[in-house]
Amino acid sequence: MRIAAIGLLAALLAGCATTGGGQTSATSTPPSPSLPGGSPDAEAAVASTYRAWPGVPTVIRNVTIYDGKGGRIDNGAVRFEGGKLAAVGRSVDEAGATVIDGAGKWVTPGIIDIHSHLGDYPSPGVPAHSDGNEITGPVRPEVWAIHSVWPQDPGFGRALAGGVTVLHVLPGSANLFGGRGATLKNVYGRTAQDMLMPGAPWSLKMACGENPKRVYGSRNQMPGTRMGNVAMTRQTWANARDYQAKLKTAKGPQKRDMQMETLAGVLDGKILVQHHCYRADEMANIIQLSKEFGYKVTAFHHAVEAYKINDLLKAEGICAALWADWWGFKMESYDGIQENLPFMHAAGGCAITHSDDADGIQRLNQETAKALGHGRRMGLEIRDEEAWTWLAINPAKALGIADKVGSLEPGKQADVVLWNGDPLSVYSRPEKVWVDGALLYDTNDPKRRPVSDFELGQPGEGDRK
Amino acid sequence: MRKLLLALLLAASSQAVAQQERIAITGGKVVTNGGAPIEGGVVLISGGSVERVGPAGTAVPAGYRVIDANGKWVTPGIIAGLSQFGAVEVSGVSSSNDLSARQSPATAALMLEGAFNPNETSIPVGRIEGVTAAIVGPSPGRSLFAGQGYVLSLADGTTEPLRPRAFQYLVYGERGASLAGGSRPAAWIEITNALEEAQRLLKGGAPSRDQSRDLRLAPEDAQALTLVLRGAQPLLVRAERASDIRQVLKLPRMYPGIRLVLVSANEGWLVADEIARAGVPVITLGMNNRPDSFEAIGSTMSNVGRLAAAGVKVALGVPDLDVSFQPRNLPHYAGNMVAQARLPGGVGLSWDQAFAAISRTPAEIFGLSDMGVLKPGAAADVVVWSGDPLELTTHAEQVIIRGVPQSLESRQTQLARRYQPGRERTQLPEAYSR
Repeated sequence: MRIAAIGLLAALLAGCATTGGGQTSATSTPPSPSLPGGSPDAEAAVASTYRAWPGVPTVIRNVTIYDGKGGRIDNGAVRFEGGKLAAVGRSVDEAGATVIDGAGKWVTPGIIDIHSHLGDYPSPGVPAHSDGNEITGPVRPEVWAIHSVWPQDPGFGRALAGGVTVLHVLPGSANLFGGRGATLKNVYGRTAQDMLMPGAPWSLKMACGENPKRVYGSRNQMPGTRMGNVAMTRQTWANARDYQAKLKTAKGPQKRDMQMETLAGVLDGKILVQHHCYRADEMANIIQLSKEFGYKVTAFHHAVEAYKINDLLKAEGICAALWADWWGFKMESYDGIQENLPFMHAAGGCAITHSDDADGIQRLNQETAKALGHGRRMGLEIRDEEAWTWLAINPAKALGIADKVGSLEPGKQADVVLWNGDPLSVYSRPEKVWVDGALLYDTNDPKRRPVSDFELGQPGEGDRK
Repeated sequence: MRKLLLALLLAASSQAVAQQERIAITGGKVVTNGGAPIEGGVVLISGGSVERVGPAGTAVPAGYRVIDANGKWVTPGIIAGLSQFGAVEVSGVSSSNDLSARQSPATAALMLEGAFNPNETSIPVGRIEGVTAAIVGPSPGRSLFAGQGYVLSLADGTTEPLRPRAFQYLVYGERGASLAGGSRPAAWIEITNALEEAQRLLKGGAPSRDQSRDLRLAPEDAQALTLVLRGAQPLLVRAERASDIRQVLKLPRMYPGIRLVLVSANEGWLVADEIARAGVPVITLGMNNRPDSFEAIGSTMSNVGRLAAAGVKVALGVPDLDVSFQPRNLPHYAGNMVAQARLPGGVGLSWDQAFAAISRTPAEIFGLSDMGVLKPGAAADVVVWSGDPLELTTHAEQVIIRGVPQSLESRQTQLARRYQPGRERTQLPEAYSR
């Protein structure tokens, strides 16, 4: 988290400099989104074609606001226009805006899911759709999750109905080095590039523990043990260091190496490491390893035992992206507890509620509420609006996009959810969801609810009939 | 049937009757599942049963320990309409997972109670969230006949399931087709062939030997299916697609003794009237709303509501061991059904219907007439909740099963306490703290 925040400073300043408003498109700034990679060529490999859809100047007033950074405004109001948040407070200028009275309702920033496989493992989950794990070798940093994303996954629409406006699509965890993850705006497009969030850094998905050693060990291949996992991971980073050093002294064009370009991007601090790791002892191993090779783990994902090493994670500035209560489905998840999120929060660390699941992503608010309740039962005093940071600013930081989204602040992208009640209640649902100021989901208007190509003409037509 | 009775007696005697206190729970909002909630009601418990449910002000006789439930909710315990309690410790560790037996020649004859382990750690994990009983089913292994499941009381000290051999479980649709050799017709012929074999046994015939090897049913499996044909145990059939459900609904017409229960039935809403007309209940998760497979293209969160509106008896359960949906969270799934009813165009359940779907309704489906309700003579499976039991931040404050107050400890609560933030970490490693 700390390194993510540092890496963001420049971007933050740029973001602040462009809050004057007047843009009609969320993507009109920055003018040329830079997609960090290992080389200038890698930056051109996938260019975002995302464009915000039209919106109207909108004011939602008389609502309870969780700002996503831990703040709360009762009887507050938000105004957004030109795809950006213009004002958030007790009252806002309503001139020229469509005004929605939200009495009894809540407004939050859009939910950000830092761990999704939508598009890569789309519905229906048939073998022909299984595109999340390049299971042909344990070291596959050259693959990019964006190239597996099927933009017609019905799951995107379901997640939108759950208030998710940004999601990070990661390769699976079969490999030590799974490939690059991509941050998407949750807006249907004709191509995956149409969904790619401009200016969001790439990530590198890594994995420790049972999955890589099981997949390759069963083939009598390395890694077959946890020590094999670590040995191979170290050797790969050592190779990346060599590559980086050679590149610095090389004269003239070099033969390109797609694996090494991604790894060098990590070593250069441009690509953020999202590391799948369950057990406390293994996270500690990885932290040491990252120091040996001079890179930073941005977040541990799943981290079922984060609660055992909260102090270490906090000291290292590493976020923990967690389920509320998944446990016991494999050996390394055996020690799961229901207080993992609130304990991480209470230790002063960066707690994130993540889904890793096409169902869970629809109810990340409910997952957060469950965990919050268990924290309170253990005597922790965590306010509702603080818990919302697990869904908003914390994942934004860990994705390197906290300058753009993750809180309701003037100048940020207008990813806004209007809830029909307390968003931590089981009875509440998003009533309206805006992405970059465009109203893309409305429970009261069937025309503002997406139906993916796949679901068109099918029974139920995307759960809309 | 005699076997069943014997097992029931054994289960009852295995509980320490001495621990069955006389308890009065006073002042709470009492949900009886038989009428409107009673504000400030009084629940008297003695001898392991509910003795009386009275209105506010009902006098508490001498000799009752009073549990003050002011500001709290008092309900029958949660009954998981389907679950895996007691038959699997770590699902990914196959040696600790007895749900299915892919290599076994036995199919319908498998009795899951042989796997029941009262020390399995998921039992207290469920119990402390208010789950007091559960229907526990096997998973299919070699055959689309998965075998027989049991009914479990989650009381501490339980050594035997409340009801062994409680039902037969069969999967149709895509999974059944795959297990039967690759198509729905193959699945259908395997099902009807097995039932014909059982029919032959029922009529006093000898096991058939004149069939091809692949279709022949082991005598033990055929014998087990006679229970289904006699209606001595319900037949739970998993089917998702509307056309598959229609096909399965033929079974009780072909074999009138069959007590059919549909499982999952994600496209049930498309044939809700037919299910209702057949008087067939449904046990489903209720939360599937994606076209996760071609047989479930029409999945919707309105499925349960539409089935109920058509007159189908619907209980919520967790048919698959799947970490994203856990039996301890069934109250939240019920809450989601209530939320669905409040959405424009959505069809869901009323609060009362939703709570019944995780208590009274599963009890009714399995003929557990003294469970899932609070009324005189009912089993004293009672939970005192900090608030609305369907809400996400509510927790069970008291769990009483068969009149016995239960510990609210699990392996998870112990781990949480060991690593609680702000703990003192000075004299000894965590391994010494418990």
